Amino acid sequence: MLELNINGRNFEVGDDVDPATPLLWVLRDTLGLVGTKYGCGIGQCSACTVHVNGAPLQSCQLPLESAVGQRITTIEGLAEDGQLTAVQQAWIEEDVAQCGYCQAGQIMRATALLEQNPSPSDADIDSYMSANICRCGTYNRIRRAIHRAAERLAANGRQNTRGVA
Amino acid sequence: MSRQVNDFEHDAYVPECIQEIRAERRSAMALSRRGFIKVTGLAGGGLALGIGLGTPRAASAQAGASVFDANPFVQVRPDNTVVIFSKNPDVGQGVKTAMPMIVAEELDVDWSQVVVEQADIDAARYGQQVAGGSTSIPSNWMTLRQAGATARAMLVSAAAIELGVDAADLSTGSGFVIHAASDRRVAYGDLAGRASTLPVPDAGMLTLKPRSEWKLLGRRVTGVDNEKIVTGQPLFGIDQRLPGLLYATLVKAPKIGARPVSANLDHVRSLPGVHDAFVVEGAGNPIDFGVGVAALPGVAIVATSTWAAFRAADELAVTWDESAAASDSWSAAVAEAGRLAGENGAQSLADKGDVDRAIADASATAEGFYTYQFASHADLEPQNCTAWFKGDSIELWAPTQTPTMAVPAVAELLGLPAESVTLHQLRGGGGFGRRLANDSVCEVALISRRVGRPVKAQWSREDDMGFDYYRPGGFHSFKAAIDGAGRLAAWQDHFITFGRNGLPISAANLSASEFPVNALPNARITQTLIESGMPSGPWRAPGSNALAFAIQCFLHECSVAAGRDHLEFLLEVFDGLPAPGAGGGGRGGRGGFGGGLNRERALAVTRLAAEEGGWGRQLPAGRGLGLAFHFSHQGHFAEVAEVSVDSNRKLTVHKVTVAGDIGPIVNMSGAENQAQGSVVDALSTLMGLEITFEGGRVEQKNFDRYPILRISQAPEVAVHFIQSDNDPTGIGEPAFPPAAPAICNAIYAATGHRVRTMPLTKEGYTI
Repeated sequence: MLELNINGRNFEVGDDVDPATPLLWVLRDTLGLVGTKYGCGIGQCSACTVHVNGAPLQSCQLPLESAVGQRITTIEGLAEDGQLTAVQQAWIEEDVAQCGYCQAGQIMRATALLEQNPSPSDADIDSYMSANICRCGTYNRIRRAIHRAAERLAANGRQNTRGVA
Repeated sequence: MSRQVNDFEHDAYVPECIQEIRAERRSAMALSRRGFIKVTGLAGGGLALGIGLGTPRAASAQAGASVFDANPFVQVRPDNTVVIFSKNPDVGQGVKTAMPMIVAEELDVDWSQVVVEQADIDAARYGQQVAGGSTSIPSNWMTLRQAGATARAMLVSAAAIELGVDAADLSTGSGFVIHAASDRRVAYGDLAGRASTLPVPDAGMLTLKPRSEWKLLGRRVTGVDNEKIVTGQPLFGIDQRLPGLLYATLVKAPKIGARPVSANLDHVRSLPGVHDAFVVEGAGNPIDFGVGVAALPGVAIVATSTWAAFRAADELAVTWDESAAASDSWSAAVAEAGRLAGENGAQSLADKGDVDRAIADASATAEGFYTYQFASHADLEPQNCTAWFKGDSIELWAPTQTPTMAVPAVAELLGLPAESVTLHQLRGGGGFGRRLANDSVCEVALISRRVGRPVKAQWSREDDMGFDYYRPGGFHSFKAAIDGAGRLAAWQDHFITFGRNGLPISAANLSASEFPVNALPNARITQTLIESGMPSGPWRAPGSNALAFAIQCFLHECSVAAGRDHLEFLLEVFDGLPAPGAGGGGRGGRGGFGGGLNRERALAVTRLAAEEGGWGRQLPAGRGLGLAFHFSHQGHFAEVAEVSVDSNRKLTVHKVTVAGDIGPIVNMSGAENQAQGSVVDALSTLMGLEITFEGGRVEQKNFDRYPILRISQAPEVAVHFIQSDNDPTGIGEPAFPPAAPAICNAIYAATGHRVRTMPLTKEGYTI
């Protein structure tokens, strides 16, 4: 029996699950947290990005046994009490998504970007967000949404990207 | 409105399944005067219309309140919310938002009171439910308007009775029926019960809103699934879960077309988490693209998790029968095409005027040999489907683009009546034509039947890229003549493409009237087939996605040979197109399914792209502008690219300006997003996306060798629409084709280097 801390809750994973299983598949198949997406399995597309102790990481590259004892946040854990974060709101307002499949990973990475750089330039965004593929090509809107979220956070006088007041 | 519907146009690059939808739309238009009921295949009238439409919400059912199921698209609830059912799959093209907007406009409700739900898959009620060929909007435009207008008329009639006034004295707005004379208004929700008892009016007799009265259409409306997307709620095919669900992978032969003979099944069955492993014979013809029965053969591994299935696949050892497998070699095809380039083609596709005379008389000529690559769809959500076989019926959860074709396919495959096949439509994480095929649906149906339990068959990324219906590569050997006035006088193209059984493989054909052949007095098109065993199929803007690159780049070569400005030269070529109204059923005609290639619309978008893109500006050395036009899927698009290239051939695409005419825009946000994404997709494909194969084996299996464009490489894309007074047509595809040639023409302007091979990595470019 292994214990995972995900979105502030503890989850037990049974012994029937191979400890080498990538966190991605534990989230999706074992725990039913399907917001984290499978795209490539080799750390290339970043659709499966989660936060491990606040830092973005491709969950297809993190074995279950290495996730034990870490603080893990998934896309399902961003909004608190149904209150969307500034990044999530900006993603809706800029109507970023086309198919939407990569966007959970994009949002997780953009959230991490704004936590370390509250007012990124286009170049900062391009550099940081290049880990994530959008097959539909929504990059123009991803840039705009990150700027919009940064402005909202600045206007709200807080740099916390989680649970906008 | 005097549009003709009898000059319906055959589009040479649209797959047969989509042609059928267009034909259905044409007959629907012809029937529209007989009313909307006939159009949608509905039987009966009055309340019968609403039978089985959606499930009334528990709350309203408990309250005993009346829900007005006006027709298969509209349900008005007592709380004044309106449910609009979106009939077609959404794979990222935005129809789940755009199609209900059309209904809401005629129903005259506020968008804030609308709840959109995915419609049941039911061809008897909805006709074909398909996402393909950019047809959702044009095929359903009139039907959706009539659905809204019919429901509105019934609500007005109900209010006339309630208020004891003449219906003619009533108006509507924001979900209320209004009697201005007495300053009274009744919410639609309060009229639901009475409206349910009224006869359905003849839709052909209703007056639809003139464009000047539209409140919703043309506005920016954000996607109806956005909140689920940004919070990670279950939505996509891959997200489907069921009690007792098993997870399967079907290991397919690395050599296309090989079949399994035997495998170490006992060993695989003994591995952790493995429920079963068995050989799947496959079904239909999975190599030739189609929307019907098709399943690749292979070895299925069914396990308790996706990872357990994938891990077990690593230990699977299969003996394959490769006797009937493909042995294609891309490098050999390139060499053969190079040898053929100087010859005339084996078949004649078009021969008009006197090309030889025009070339002999030319003041200048141009020649160019163009090559483009095979490409994979690479939907970010790998192919998958979930099925639950229950003995005498099957339930499917599928992110397919062709659900109403998947149902009969599975019925045929399993020997079940179609009524015993239920398909739940789920959102697709990208489509681009890949999900037109139902191979993943058929595959999981076979696996679930074998294990008798609910199963999700998940393709790995390697499976998805390795077993695609690829965009076919091809080659064009061009020659053109410029006359003494600097005009394009003749056009010759030896098209070298891939074929089987004497015909081009799917999406590898060239229309005999492809622009600019239809605009010139002298043209000769010949074709030679290179024998191929590769699976190919429609890939976003089939045909056009590659033809525009070759043709629009070579047109630029012609203008350079003529010593002319490319804008001026291109506009002059349009002059040769038939005038509007003179088409008589062919290109250049007006009306029907968007009206075909139209000279005035082509001129207008090209001028607008040039104006907005700053055509003619002086730019510093190493920086240049390029222009291209293409007509496809009834959309007229011109694009101007601004690029710079450094001495190491590192390319920067600064900006692409798009000008398009698809008639009135339904959802401005969605339309602009599609155009922006099309340009990014086209640059991605132009730069580095290439599928190669040797010995029938595909060489790229994941994104490490198939580099989808990243945000740092993506240009700014500015989109401008001319909202002409034509019926609206689709936007999922037609903005794609002009982007690559505009960028290549800009590279020439910046450097003087002509690129004739896609992807540009072959010519030493990086981005």
